[in-house]
Amino acid sequence: MTAPSHERAGAQTNISRAMRIDLQLIADMIEPRARVLDVGCGDGALLEYLATFKQVDGRGIELSMSGVNACISRGLSVIQGDADTDLKDYPDDAFDFVILSNTLQAMVAPRDVLGHMMRIGRHAIVSFPNFAYWRIRLDFLFGGRMPKSDLMPHEWYDTPNIHLCSIKDFVALCGEMGFRVERSLSLDSSGRARGIGAGFFTANLFGEQAVFLLTK
Amino acid sequence: MGPFMGFLGRDRAGTMTATTSSDPSRNEPSRVSRPLPGHQVRLGRERPLRLDCGVELVDFTVAYQTYGRLNADRSNAILVCHALTGDQFVAEPHPVTGKDGWWHMMVGPGKVLDTERYFIICANILGGCMGTAGPKEINPATGKPWGLSFPVISIADMVRAQAMLVDHLGIDNLFAVTGGSMGGMQVLEWAALYPKRVFAAVPIAAAAHHTAQNIAFHEVGRQAIMADPDWHGGDYAARGARPHRGLAVARMAAHITYLSEKALQEKFGRKLQNRAAVTWGFDADFQIESYLRHQGSTFVDRFDANSYLYITRAMDYFDLAERYGGVLANAFRGTATRFCLISFTSDWLYPTEESRKIVHALNAVAANVSFAEIVSDNGHDSFLLDEPEFHRVFEGFLDGAAEHRGLPRKNGR
Repeated sequence: MTAPSHERAGAQTNISRAMRIDLQLIADMIEPRARVLDVGCGDGALLEYLATFKQVDGRGIELSMSGVNACISRGLSVIQGDADTDLKDYPDDAFDFVILSNTLQAMVAPRDVLGHMMRIGRHAIVSFPNFAYWRIRLDFLFGGRMPKSDLMPHEWYDTPNIHLCSIKDFVALCGEMGFRVERSLSLDSSGRARGIGAGFFTANLFGEQAVFLLTK
Repeated sequence: MGPFMGFLGRDRAGTMTATTSSDPSRNEPSRVSRPLPGHQVRLGRERPLRLDCGVELVDFTVAYQTYGRLNADRSNAILVCHALTGDQFVAEPHPVTGKDGWWHMMVGPGKVLDTERYFIICANILGGCMGTAGPKEINPATGKPWGLSFPVISIADMVRAQAMLVDHLGIDNLFAVTGGSMGGMQVLEWAALYPKRVFAAVPIAAAAHHTAQNIAFHEVGRQAIMADPDWHGGDYAARGARPHRGLAVARMAAHITYLSEKALQEKFGRKLQNRAAVTWGFDADFQIESYLRHQGSTFVDRFDANSYLYITRAMDYFDLAERYGGVLANAFRGTATRFCLISFTSDWLYPTEESRKIVHALNAVAANVSFAEIVSDNGHDSFLLDEPEFHRVFEGFLDGAAEHRGLPRKNGR
């Protein structure tokens, strides 16, 4: 990983400091002035960062009203909507990048969502918690209960994460759908990013979360 | 109709609630000659306004009001489009009723539509009754009030007349066009008819067409007016009469649609009006009855019955997609306008679903669109009320748009 341009310029602000580490990695994958759709954009931290430091033409979709209202109040173009149902309205190739950060596992139909992302964008960037992370494996093996972590803090009965997967699962799905993995990173528990190798064995075991840049 | 008009008749006889007036002078044709504050311009003499119904309107007046100052490069103008019974008196006391302007909470120094940064324009709509050409005004060709000889107008016609006013003011591009309810319909028409003239569009609590239910409620109102003997086939001005009973009933019925059931129940419930028990008659025993009668009776002081017919008709005829092969997205194809749609959870007149249809259409052409649904119990009327989250979202959107337009943001940011 090279340092993001704004850090080199010494222009780091509260916006970037407050950002999740996976969002920082995603931001670094995006070309300046690109057309970007952030699916599940939360309070708009990534979109605001991208608009400020990469001059992107950014849009967002967010399910929670509080998130949407926070985004629009910040001057971002965001609609209240559901990725599971609303992506189908967008025309083909409307965006350069379609982002789904830490949201794939909460989709009712993640395969369809991925399909739409790759239809409406040239690239898709997807980040998700890796369910094959060694702590989760051990937790389940020895604890015998549904694993919880900082990334997945919910009880099994009220978790929004209904479609968890491992890095290996995700790579398999991309292959099945014919998407090329242009870049892939795994993040360990200290937030260090590593490229995911061809075998994924290490990444699948030691990566707590993963970020994928996909191309048609 | 019969019993309904009956109880209003008793109201007039003065036997009842303090909230309805028994002033017999209200039967006179009113305030035709009293000059209104604000501006009035004559348009269409060189280039007539061709209406959707096929008629050409030559030499017609548009009354309007402005707030704030137009900047040197004429880039800070915001057109506010008023709703069915609104008018151009957005931010000042109403010249007839003395009540605060209908959007005084939104328009003013430091407010969402900040008159220290923006130049706010609001025109009385075509077909209205506050100085713009409508059935109440004099037809210059005959010297008599238009009455029902006024051509039937559309939302698009209202917008075309506004565009002529904006031309007259020497403004090529509006920074924003906004409005709630029927005002929002005009915003959508502006975006469809003049996409290059609208930098940002904010339709609030609006819809891209009238549903059967919307038309049904309007038809009740129109029938109430037309069933009033004082309506005289629309010719009441010449007869020295005013169908204020019919118009009041129309307002009462419509007013119910502006409120949520929850708000009505919480505010009025089954509470009785200044009495300990029901009177076993048809007086306004319940507070809600008294309230509606009050709404009806105060409305007729400031509104013209024929205008009500024309404007409700324009709304009923509104179906933006129709002109574009039934595909709403085609109305916005290629648009560079920044949209922000806002709806309210308890609005059952133009529910969130209607706004969402517009958002889907805008998404289908990859337009720049924001959409927020605001949680409120105040029903359709929420857009007129003190709803902090609504104001925050609206202001945030405008601020973002201002930055893209090169206008100062709030507090000079």
